[in-house]
Amino acid sequence: MTADRADELDERAPPIEVRGLYSAFEDHIIHKDLNLTIPHGDVVGVVGGSGTGKSVLLNTIIGLKRPEGGTVKIFGQDIEHASRRKWTAIERRWGVLFQQGALWSNLTVKENVAAPLQEHTNLGHKEISELADLKIALAGLAPGSGALKPSELSGGMIKRAGLARALALDPELLFLDEPTSGLDPISSAAFDELIRDLADSLDLTVFMITHDLDSLYAITDQVAVLADKKVVAMAPVRELEKSDHPWIRSYFLGTRGRASAEARKAQAAASGAN
Amino acid sequence: MDQPADFTLSQTAQGRAAVLSGDWTATRMEPANEKLVQALVGVREVSIDLTGIGRLDTAGAYEILKAADASARTVNYIARPEITRLLELVDRAVKAEGTPVVRRRSFHEFFERIGHGVINVGLEAFDTMVFMGHLLVAIARACANPRRVRWAACFSLFERAGLDALPIVVTTTFFIGAVVGLLGANMLRTFGAQVFVVQLIGVAVLREFNVIITAVLLAGRSGSSFAAEIGAMKMNQEIDAMRVLGVDPFDALVFPRFFALFLAFPLLVFAATIAGLAGGLVVAWSQLGLGPTFFFSQLLTTVGPTHFWVGMSKAPVLAIIIAGIGCHQGMEVGGDVESLGRKVTASVVHAIFATILIDAVFALIYMKLDI
Repeated sequence: MTADRADELDERAPPIEVRGLYSAFEDHIIHKDLNLTIPHGDVVGVVGGSGTGKSVLLNTIIGLKRPEGGTVKIFGQDIEHASRRKWTAIERRWGVLFQQGALWSNLTVKENVAAPLQEHTNLGHKEISELADLKIALAGLAPGSGALKPSELSGGMIKRAGLARALALDPELLFLDEPTSGLDPISSAAFDELIRDLADSLDLTVFMITHDLDSLYAITDQVAVLADKKVVAMAPVRELEKSDHPWIRSYFLGTRGRASAEARKAQAAASGAN
Repeated sequence: MDQPADFTLSQTAQGRAAVLSGDWTATRMEPANEKLVQALVGVREVSIDLTGIGRLDTAGAYEILKAADASARTVNYIARPEITRLLELVDRAVKAEGTPVVRRRSFHEFFERIGHGVINVGLEAFDTMVFMGHLLVAIARACANPRRVRWAACFSLFERAGLDALPIVVTTTFFIGAVVGLLGANMLRTFGAQVFVVQLIGVAVLREFNVIITAVLLAGRSGSSFAAEIGAMKMNQEIDAMRVLGVDPFDALVFPRFFALFLAFPLLVFAATIAGLAGGLVVAWSQLGLGPTFFFSQLLTTVGPTHFWVGMSKAPVLAIIIAGIGCHQGMEVGGDVESLGRKVTASVVHAIFATILIDAVFALIYMKLDI
């Protein structure tokens, strides 16, 4: 696994590069000439109104949906023309947390986390078991929860277990589909913090679809805005506040957007005073 | 406190005034709402006094607005502020324009449905071919590299889909054998040919009933559970989660189910054969006094092993069909619960239909071959 790693993918290429993406369902156009480059090490939030194709974009990037036009490159490799070898190399380097967790319901949490390791490594049972325990702990789950089945978990635990599985192969690229949706504000904040911590300490590049303004302010380096079938802006959240695009304005300067921004400012001021 | 809706009308200088009372709610306003509409027909200026009203909900507000707006040009509402707010809220919602719904004519729709149906048959045939091709690749991959096969899943499914079905398969074929025996005994006795009941039971059970009954039971029991399991996993994005990890769902889900049924089916058919013969034997012994020794010697000389092998030869084919249809329908499930229900139903119906069809084809082939 380690020997063939270097020659497979270009280390210096941006983790995600989407060029001229065109997606459509029959005659309903979803993306047209969409461009998006995510640089190494950034936590990028992807926002957009309902129906702007955030999930379609995610599915296209992770290869579940074939685009109608344009190219998607992961670590410099065009995924549509990738050989099986390159695909395997890509799969080892990304992790995906689906919106509902998508844990395999017939396996326990620990077996879920161990599955990617069994699939992609030649490690022994003991090592895999230990590594799975480690990931479960990293994701902030209590040690006993490895033995539980997904149906026995709460919403927040499912997200954490899904994150543990996404982190199983120590990916460099992490996809999160609305990681804090359906969580209460305290769990959301804790989950945000966890993602930020992991991104910083593991040097992750994160592609995160979210509706949660607090998450955007708390953890993203940049925010990509999907509107008018393309990415209309990609900038740090503070700069987007000043944008004059109508959708961005109503998003950030609506009542909820202002409340989040002010809460962050107050927090920053408080920590500055200390 | 609870009073039905009512109103009183009075004539004023400007027009008509209605004083409403009681609860104007969805459950209590009948029939006052219709009377109010009639009372205000053709009136140009209306004053509606709502100060004496009990409770008002959105349905009541909607009826009052509808009655007032039907013909009156100026409407004057006298009401408490919270009632006025509710009226305004409902008024805004009523005035918000809905998207125009294109009404299709039934004639047009009829042809559209036929067209869709025809195209869907083609698409489904194509999808089935894609599925079968994919399954063949998965089987070839498993043969080429048996260490990659998920044996644990294979054998746990073998137990669940195969061995757990043993009691029901055995019980059902036992009774089928007995019924065939009884019918045969009664009919053959009338012309004194009751010894031929052994031959009748032997041929019916060995050749047809063992394999058909097993197939129908497994289609209802295992085929549907394959479709439901895989479909639910698809709805929950579990299959997407496999794909992004580079795990082919055909290797992880379809092949083990296929393997389990392929292995279990002939064994179940064998058990069904024994049970069916036992059922026939019980009847022959108790009704006609033909003991086991006679029964089996007669079975060997008049029926012979050919019929047994004819029945068994259908087993692997039917196993492939039932497992294939169940898994295929499961993979076809979309994102909604309705499609899950539809596909599970389809898996059972298609599998039973295919079973009967294939059995007929086998019967024709063996007839031509004179077996």
